[in-house]
Amino acid sequence: MQLTNRAKKTDKSEMSLFERSYLPSLATGLGITIRHFFMKKPTIEYPEQKRYLGPVFRGHHILKRDEEGRERCTACGLCAVACPAEAISMVAQERVKGEEHLYREEKYAAVYEINMLRCIFCGLCEEACPKQAVYLRHDMFVPVFSDRKDVIYGKDQLVEDMNHRYQRDAWTKEDAQKLWK
Amino acid sequence: MSSFVQWITESMFLWKSLIILVLFAVTLGIAAYSTWAERKVAAYIQDRRGPNRAGWGGLLQPLADAGKMFFKEDFIPAKADKWLFILGPCLSMFTALMSSAVVPFGNSFLIDGKPVIVQGIEINIGILYVFGVVSLGVYGVMIGGWASNNKFSLLGAIRAASQNISYELAMGMSIIAILMMSGTLSLREITQQQHGGNWNVFYQPLGCLIFIVCAFAECNRTPFDLPECETELVGGYHTEYSSMKLGFYLFAEYINMFASSAVTACLFFGGYNYPGMDFVQSQLVAFLGDTVGHNVATLVGIGAMFTKILFGIFFFMWVRWTVPRFRYDQLMNLGWKGLIPLAVGNIVITAIALLSGYKLVGIWAGLAVMVLIISIFWSLRPKKKNAVLGA
Repeated sequence: MQLTNRAKKTDKSEMSLFERSYLPSLATGLGITIRHFFMKKPTIEYPEQKRYLGPVFRGHHILKRDEEGRERCTACGLCAVACPAEAISMVAQERVKGEEHLYREEKYAAVYEINMLRCIFCGLCEEACPKQAVYLRHDMFVPVFSDRKDVIYGKDQLVEDMNHRYQRDAWTKEDAQKLWK
Repeated sequence: MSSFVQWITESMFLWKSLIILVLFAVTLGIAAYSTWAERKVAAYIQDRRGPNRAGWGGLLQPLADAGKMFFKEDFIPAKADKWLFILGPCLSMFTALMSSAVVPFGNSFLIDGKPVIVQGIEINIGILYVFGVVSLGVYGVMIGGWASNNKFSLLGAIRAASQNISYELAMGMSIIAILMMSGTLSLREITQQQHGGNWNVFYQPLGCLIFIVCAFAECNRTPFDLPECETELVGGYHTEYSSMKLGFYLFAEYINMFASSAVTACLFFGGYNYPGMDFVQSQLVAFLGDTVGHNVATLVGIGAMFTKILFGIFFFMWVRWTVPRFRYDQLMNLGWKGLIPLAVGNIVITAIALLSGYKLVGIWAGLAVMVLIISIFWSLRPKKKNAVLGA
């Protein structure tokens, strides 16, 4: 039964003397390899050269602040529950008077830690969050660890810097193609 | 004592030692960087970049590899024959390094008005010496494979031995045609006879082809790398080897590549001769004076020789990353039923051409007649019945 018309019929007739000498096919092969030798290499040399990965890439975590610079996280723990790798842990604390400019809700995370060796970057924490507080950035990788002490990321590494606010870009196909190179 | 000092200075002993040392260092250096080049060539042929982390363009990679080899555990199997196990890689390395001693890398340097040839040693049986040393090389493989006390190693060693012996025959016979033409066994004289564009490859195209194919087999390079065929024999004769002993085996292969490229260049591609050589020499002598001009011209000749050698090494690698490995019976068929009869035919044609007096025309006409005869016999052979139904 013929399923596609891509099947190639192979020539199984006996080889001629010229073909039996292997020299013509050897020359063809050498021609192919030397052509590849001079081709442009598609390699992207990663640590020096980085490619745009698209707006939906899941990289480094970030704890967002709102427009007034208050932390959105209310330490409900839904992200920790959703996390299949159990990488997230937190300690909740009640907001006291005078901290209204720091925390958006009455409860906040005093400690928020992600173990980056456990994290599988699935993005379920992002989905679980009811306050749009935790996101996985599309423009930043978690760097390589050289020490076990560097593995657990606390709030100092996670909370958004108001001077360099994080925003996703390239939502249209055209924008993405421009950045993709 | 003073007569000894005088003898040293007068016999150019120091200059000669210097040249030998430099050639030795260059051989080792080229062999070391062949490992880097092999990886680069492999990568480029496969559309990759190859090693580029150690140094600029990965140029320190051979040093890193050597360091790795030295610091690995040097393991000797309990049931192995310890002394032979150590002797194997040493012998491989030794014979590989010896073979390039008689290769003329350049003409000569004039020092105090006396010529010092750029060659390890000039002997009148140079090509015979190369063959002797190269055939000793199989002992390294054989002893290493046997001493490992491992059936895969032994099988690899047996394969290596039978392959080398089979291909040495065809190789020797392809050389005989050259020797008939040149009338000498000295590599220097063979090279000098090719002066002025009379490269032997034009007179001996078939001999050159056979020689190169056999050189691949002698160096255990793909498509003839059956002795270390990983898919069948784990690692062949060096399965049990580790650390720098393994390194020696692998390194010997690259030195052999260098040596066989050098011998091929000398025998077929004019050695240190290059087109327009006399013109360059006369110009240099006119501008720089007799001694300096001659020495600079020699340097240019050395450059030509090394260009040929490096291209030869590149060709080895190019073929390796193009052609898959032969099956063992195909290897034996090619050697015994293909190359040896062709080499014998080549000898006969060369003899007739030399006797007829028309060297170039006679050889090409003879080859054409041989191809004609072979194709007539080919078309008359009994046709095989096709066993595959419906094919």
